[in-house]
Amino acid sequence: MSQAFRVPGHGRVDPARTVSFTFDGRRFQGQAGDTLASALLANGHHLMGRSFKYHRPRGAVSAGSDEPNALVAVGSGPALQTPNLRATQVELYEGLTAVSQNRFPSLKFDLGAVNTLAAPLLPAGFYYKTFMWPRSFWDRVYEPVIRRAAGLGVAPTAPDPDHYAFQYAHCDVLVAGAGPAGLAAALAAGRAGARVILAEETAEAGGSLLSDRTSRIDGRPAALWVADILAELAGLPNVRVLTRCTAFNYGPHNMVALNQRLSDHLADPAPDMPRERLWQVRAQEVVLAAGALERPLVFEGNDRPGVMLASAARTYLNRYGVACGRRAVIVTADDSAYRVALDLHAAGVTVAAIADLRPAPDSALVRAAQEAGLTVLPGTTVQRAHGGTRVHGVELARLLPDGSVGKGRHWRADLVLMSGGYTPSVHLFSQSRGKLVFDAELGVYVPGEPAERTRSAGACRGVYALACVLADGAAAGVAAAGAAGFAADAPAWTVDAADEPGRGGYAGALPRRGKGLLAMAFVDFQNDVTAKDVKLAVREGFQSIEHIKRYTTTGMATDQGKMSNVNALGIAADALGRPVEKVGLTTFRPPFTPVTFGAFASHARGDLFDPDRRTPIDPWARAQGAVFEDVGLWRRARYFPRGSEDMEAAVRRECLAVRGGVGIFDASTLGKIEVVGPDAATFMNRMYVNAWTKLGVGRCRYGLMCRENGFVYDDGVVGRIAQDRFHVTTTTGGAPGVLALMEDYLQTEWPELDVWLTSTTEEWAVIALQGPSARAVLAPLVDGLDISAEALPHMSLAEGTIGGVPMRLFRVSFTGELGFEINVPARHGRAVWQAIWDAGQGVGITPYGTETMHVLRAEKGYIIVGQETDGTATPDDAGCGWAVSKAKADFVGKRSLALPAMQAPDRKQLVGLLTEAAWEVLEEGAQLVARPDEAIPMRVLGHVTSSYFSATLGRSIALAMVSGGRARVGETLYVPMEGRTIAVTVTKPVFYDVEGARLNV
Amino acid sequence: MLLIRCPYCGERSEIEFANGGEAHIARPADPMSRTDEEWAQYLYMRDNPKGLIAERWRHAHGCNRFFNALRDTRTDRFVMTYEMGRPRPEIDAATAAEAAR
Repeated sequence: MSQAFRVPGHGRVDPARTVSFTFDGRRFQGQAGDTLASALLANGHHLMGRSFKYHRPRGAVSAGSDEPNALVAVGSGPALQTPNLRATQVELYEGLTAVSQNRFPSLKFDLGAVNTLAAPLLPAGFYYKTFMWPRSFWDRVYEPVIRRAAGLGVAPTAPDPDHYAFQYAHCDVLVAGAGPAGLAAALAAGRAGARVILAEETAEAGGSLLSDRTSRIDGRPAALWVADILAELAGLPNVRVLTRCTAFNYGPHNMVALNQRLSDHLADPAPDMPRERLWQVRAQEVVLAAGALERPLVFEGNDRPGVMLASAARTYLNRYGVACGRRAVIVTADDSAYRVALDLHAAGVTVAAIADLRPAPDSALVRAAQEAGLTVLPGTTVQRAHGGTRVHGVELARLLPDGSVGKGRHWRADLVLMSGGYTPSVHLFSQSRGKLVFDAELGVYVPGEPAERTRSAGACRGVYALACVLADGAAAGVAAAGAAGFAADAPAWTVDAADEPGRGGYAGALPRRGKGLLAMAFVDFQNDVTAKDVKLAVREGFQSIEHIKRYTTTGMATDQGKMSNVNALGIAADALGRPVEKVGLTTFRPPFTPVTFGAFASHARGDLFDPDRRTPIDPWARAQGAVFEDVGLWRRARYFPRGSEDMEAAVRRECLAVRGGVGIFDASTLGKIEVVGPDAATFMNRMYVNAWTKLGVGRCRYGLMCRENGFVYDDGVVGRIAQDRFHVTTTTGGAPGVLALMEDYLQTEWPELDVWLTSTTEEWAVIALQGPSARAVLAPLVDGLDISAEALPHMSLAEGTIGGVPMRLFRVSFTGELGFEINVPARHGRAVWQAIWDAGQGVGITPYGTETMHVLRAEKGYIIVGQETDGTATPDDAGCGWAVSKAKADFVGKRSLALPAMQAPDRKQLVGLLTEAAWEVLEEGAQLVARPDEAIPMRVLGHVTSSYFSATLGRSIALAMVSGGRARVGETLYVPMEGRTIAVTVTKPVFYDVEGARLNV
Repeated sequence: MLLIRCPYCGERSEIEFANGGEAHIARPADPMSRTDEEWAQYLYMRDNPKGLIAERWRHAHGCNRFFNALRDTRTDRFVMTYEMGRPRPEIDAATAAEAAR
């Protein structure tokens, strides 16, 4: 019985193109243009999923993005399966594979459905109440079990092989929604010449008009009118129409995020095609034309497969050519359902009865239904729907004048349609922080005063009749274009449609007879929240709708309460004995519909996750097989293994090579700032703790920078190139912060200083040549420059050339050895490095990385800002008190350093640590205590900041920050570790060449 | 994403800017003459108004200039931006109400 429920001559699907797909392993056929839901319904298959909490069998209740039930996983394989897609939005393609969720072992027979029997034990707040005791059970027992049982679909386990695109865009008018209002608005603004983006969530523009077989616009059927408008829009170069594109987030200043699905509907997309594109659109003006959503009715069994929204059945019939059943009962509080009844009747579906909750419905539509011979039951409600995996009957009962419910009568039906009226889709408007106002006549919230340059048009502001919707849309388009500076005329159309939907409606749970019924009247289908849960929450004292929402979880599922909010509000208002407008509304949170992580991540994956900063020497290091590490955004060579060396072996060899011969190190990542101007020295005096006035041209000094709070912020060697020019270096990670801090003081505190700051980090390649043989390697290369100890002593600099390349040569050392840092323009860095490398071959020049650099500097007790210091260390704490000028009247941080707490003797101070066993390397971050047998919590005296094995010394060394540390030299402290305690001796923080003899050669 | 008007470059996206904290807090001319309390006041104590705040912004990914802005902390609305060195502008009630909206 292939597609037995397909109705010939109906729908926009292509009858000539049959498409095969599988659902839960079973083969089905649909037509091109179907959604997964419409194709399954065409085959008479309503059961599409199991519910979240009670594992109730569920079918599609809607035909759009508001669908709470029919969540499926599409695709196959650990990477390609996408969970939690709404079958009502999944477009069919040849070979599509979908499976249902939340069931074991199968959709028809699900063990989890036992929860339904336990429903009386699972009320709102069940978890909070039941698993409180014992507390210790929560982490290990309750939570893991609950987590396994909860959740919707299963996330893919392998990396996503698709790629995603991202686009910024600007426009004059953004129109969200391409129903009648949106099309009219886009056309009005587009004709005026405004740049328009029209975003439509579904595959096809037209909205409700695509489900409308009766309305005529300018004498043309509604669907043909849509085609006319789209043709005109396509001819306007200033208009962009995006289908399969959801406006899901409305941010400040009209920044609206769109999610466009590009390839999910294709059987065989081109491999280079992105799956989705995320748009960030900055719009001058926004027109919201999001439409309205029909509300379900809340009654016993309203979740049975085959119970649907009336409008959904109309859409399945008229847009997809599918009859959702053979024999329908309709329950309504609004005229719109009569149009559905007439359409179904005309298509050959038996409409057994129309139960109208209103006592005396009367309109042209009602009369038309009666004239067509349909049974209309005024003042009638539904008591319950019968059925399991499919509804098979419904009990209707009279609403008596005293408000009670009369005796029920059973009606056989395989399709129960409900219409509780319409809820304007105010999600985006609310996200834009516009105020919602309660429309007492309509009984719903509609947009009030906007907070952005935005306007709502059509059903999303409670305007329902087609003629009014078109006029409203056109007016909004004209107004938006006008506000963006484009004079527009409102297009006008004549509408021949008698339907006046949306005047009625019902909010809350339907009246019941007696109290004998089970509490399976659902408000929030996706989170399995029943009317009883909401009432219970109120009975237990929850007054605020926000609290009721959290306690019951109504409106908190992925559909964000699209269907449930107004009904939940109605029930809560009823229970609280307050009018709906006094209860208020919960927040509408983005996204409007779920958005894949892929779309958010976009191109920022793998190599493109972060920008990778590379030095000019980087290719050479790669060719040498260096192992890299990330330092900020920089990629730095960590060590250069030879053969099968591990890091430990490579670092030992590299350390010994530097101390015994010469090592070459890429220091290009050092931050560099050129400080220039007549007041440069004054500025340096104020920014750094050191004194700069007397530093001679051609000399260098270790500079230490504090923040105003007196704590060490950055350090680096500064060279004076000229009287008015300093070459400042900073730490690799600190460069942007230091420049920003300098700019801050220069621009906001001392604008009178005549100084310019320029970041030169990427202008200079820096090659550090370190070790006793450094001078011998370098001297022949520097074009006659005298680099002898007399001409270029430690902490001096010279300008010259190296192989003809301009050079700033610094005689500095971060290793404790004779050292040079050769600064050359970055574009020459690679060549100069090669020249030095070649020249050093005779003396065994060795490349070393950051790891060796760390060990060598620790042997000398040189701090690394951010490793020894942590934002609470003063210069004195870090052992750099000598750098602080006593003579200067002021510098950044000076006043704070004079605060009593900054001079307390028990401040943590930099010390060295030596273990008893030479081989034992402490863990960085390990805590230090005075007595190993102290009761827990022990008094912690400090912590290990740096710890290495020193090949030079043949033993381990460590640096630490210890309370009153300098007075503790010689003491034994203890490092409590898992299962044992390590004794350490406190030493001075310099382990090698204490007098500095190796530097001054 | 907010649009912020740099007084030098015009209206740009929020991501181009860095917030610099409360504005109009001058560094004392002679910090060493201040008492510990006065210094702590300057260093740490900031207003946290519910409503209009004058704060510093830096067009970090643009001209790199600091400027001041008046912003309503409840709504994130910028009333105006102005150059460093100018006094905090007086805001009329209507403008303030609009910013609070």
